[in-house]
Amino acid sequence: MTVLLEVTNLRTEFSARAGLVRAVDGVSLQISRGECLGVVGESGSGKSVTFSSIMGLVRPPGRVTQGTIFFDGRDLRGMSPEEMRGVRGRDIAMTMQDALTALNPALTIGEQLAEVLVAHDETLPTGRAARRVAIKDRCVEMLGLVGIPSPDSRLRQYPHEFSGGMRQRIMIAIALACRPKLLIADEPTTALDVTIQAQVLELISDIRARMGMAVALITHDLGVVAEHCDRVMVMYAGQVVEEGPTEDVIGHPRHPYTRGLLASIPRPAMRGQPLTPIKGQVPNLMGLAPQCRFHSRCPLAEPSCLVEVPMLSAGPGRRARCLRLEETV
Amino acid sequence: MSLLQVTNLSKQYEGRLSLAQRLTGGRKTVVRAVSDVSLHVNKGEVLGLIGESGCGKSTLGRAILRLHEPTEGKVEFDGTDVTALSPPALKAIRRRMQIIFQDPYASLNPRRTVAEIVGLPLALHGIASGEEARAITTQVLKRVGLQPDQIDRYPHQFSGGQRQRIGIARALVSNPEFIVCDEPVSALDVSIQAQIIALLLELKQELGLTYLFISHDISVIGYLSDRVAVMYLGEIVETGPVASVLDNPRHPYTQSLLSAVPEIGAKRAKGRVRLQGDLPSPLNPPSGCKFHTRCPLAIPICQTLVPLTQAVGAEHHAACHRLHEGLNLLEGAQ
Ligand SMILES: Nc1ncnc2c1ncn2[C@@H]1O[C@H](COP(=O)(O)OP(=O)(O)OP(=O)(O)O)[C@@H](O)[C@H]1O
Ligand SMILES: Nc1ncnc2c1ncn2[C@@H]1O[C@H](COP(=O)(O)OP(=O)(O)O)[C@@H](O)[C@H]1O
Ligand code: SF4
Ligand code: SF4
Ligand SMILES: [Mg+2]
Ligand SMILES: [Mg+2]
Repeated sequence: MTVLLEVTNLRTEFSARAGLVRAVDGVSLQISRGECLGVVGESGSGKSVTFSSIMGLVRPPGRVTQGTIFFDGRDLRGMSPEEMRGVRGRDIAMTMQDALTALNPALTIGEQLAEVLVAHDETLPTGRAARRVAIKDRCVEMLGLVGIPSPDSRLRQYPHEFSGGMRQRIMIAIALACRPKLLIADEPTTALDVTIQAQVLELISDIRARMGMAVALITHDLGVVAEHCDRVMVMYAGQVVEEGPTEDVIGHPRHPYTRGLLASIPRPAMRGQPLTPIKGQVPNLMGLAPQCRFHSRCPLAEPSCLVEVPMLSAGPGRRARCLRLEETV
Repeated sequence: MSLLQVTNLSKQYEGRLSLAQRLTGGRKTVVRAVSDVSLHVNKGEVLGLIGESGCGKSTLGRAILRLHEPTEGKVEFDGTDVTALSPPALKAIRRRMQIIFQDPYASLNPRRTVAEIVGLPLALHGIASGEEARAITTQVLKRVGLQPDQIDRYPHQFSGGQRQRIGIARALVSNPEFIVCDEPVSALDVSIQAQIIALLLELKQELGLTYLFISHDISVIGYLSDRVAVMYLGEIVETGPVASVLDNPRHPYTQSLLSAVPEIGAKRAKGRVRLQGDLPSPLNPPSGCKFHTRCPLAIPICQTLVPLTQAVGAEHHAACHRLHEGLNLLEGAQ
């Protein structure tokens, strides 16, 4: 498989009155064509900022201060805002965590879908009447694809007239309208009920298989990753701490944080046995010392861990940011 | 012995009409959020209440405590008919029945310190005041894992998990026997969620508490409940011991709910049922069996006739017309 997206050593900072927040610090990642990468981590670990940075959507006081982003061989950081607009929507599309605020409340669903098509789809006919018909047909097709019943009449409705699950599906339809090579889905199901979540995830997997699209699936649910992703990367306090094939990472986690996360998930099979939660809380991202960020919560921590820790090899196709990997073999 | 007995409980919310709606002769909208629910909770056990958003879980929890007045039905707590109590008697029994809320941000008064928030029930029930109240408050806060030097701070100075600890302390301070835990961990990250679950289970053990534990997370419910009740559009569709319901679900809704949960670890042994469509609007619930619009097993009678609740095993009940056929959606699916 050829690499579609390659990010190296990305850093994104927000300047706040109280100081500099390094929301993303030295993140490197790769996504191959057609692959599904799961991105997990607790809230505030930098998942959304990482992918907003890749999309060129970080606004002041936020700034990408370091790193390279190559997509399909092109250097995204070197692009003008104009060129980036072309990439967004046509090559890479992102669905936002909160569908209600991401959709425009004043426009119908049909108008919002048409807007994307007009901006990016060069295959539309040029004659006015034929163009209108073609746009309408594509819109109906896209809504049908994401399983909205009677798409014809639904096109004239506004976002608030849809349920949460339907709004997520509509956002996916808009994201897919131009058949992007990469779909970034930021917590597409966090706000949804489990039966609706299953529908939306199945939909993404289905379309991915049919269109050969790559997907970055951001979630905090390891179960979702286990079922839908080829590879997974785990983020903690602005950094990637573990990365590898999903089955390996979930079946045999190497980083103490990943291990703690998995041990924290209550499971019916563990009834009567005590949970072993990770103690303490996520550190404040402001003014972090250059040392292992999991140190204060880590059961394996040693004084020697108080240094900056790089990603180290943790087996075939796997890496983890820990100095004591021999303890977790 | 059951500590709490709920019989045929219903709660209706009446929507207000705008002036224009009234002038044009619009009818009042009525949401039957909880409909004819009967259940019991034994002393010392955890009854897990599970269901999707909007199905009426919180409404049921609040109606049991009469934080929302039930429209019909009866709630008995330790032999006392709570639904018949006068306001002073109700206040007295509330000392023994408490609630922990889902949203640790919204449920704490931002203008009061933690000591004031947690101490309020002591004053309210005339349990203690002054130095004595402060001593009790400090002790309870310590027990839930907060530092004594934090007790004069305000809620916004705490993280989500810490705020949930404050909510737990407030519920515990009057020394209750029964607590409705309304999604106490749903807003928290996994690692913090595990800390709070561990704390709630320790406290239950230590103080001999009884919980009605509300959640939409089947893993959480399966981990900490003794018995489970499954709710759909205001009704209980299945109840039973946790092992029977999770390992041998009999209602098609429970079966689809369980199959929708993504699993960690080995590949799914059983097939998956894909429910079609969204939850129907509670303003206009389906006739007959309320699940018939999404049920893969629905037959014509399901549209007209409400199914009765029947025993399907030891203490295991479900309400469905096709129970006797012993169908299992999970086995049918590939
Ligand atoms: N104060 C109210 N006035 C009118 N309708 C209400 C009120 N509170 C709740 N409802 C309606 O009653 C139904 C049940 O709501 P409830 O909050 O009990 O659901 P829930 O199962 O707790 O949902 P969630 O999982 O989202 O917390 C919903 O349709 C809701 O919109
Ligand atoms: N617009 C912003 N201004 C300042 N800080 C921000 C902004 N957006 C995100 N952050 C900070 O960046 C960090 C990572 O956030 P985010 O990527 O949204 O986390 P996640 O998506 O993993 O929950 C957090 O500490 C957050 O507070
Ligand atoms: S480097 Fe040390 S403190 Fe950090 S995760 Fe590894 S063992 Fe724990
Ligand atoms: S009564 Fe009919 S519609 Fe309802 S759950 Fe049973 S089979 Fe499905
Ligand atoms: Mg996010
Ligand atoms: Mg609720």
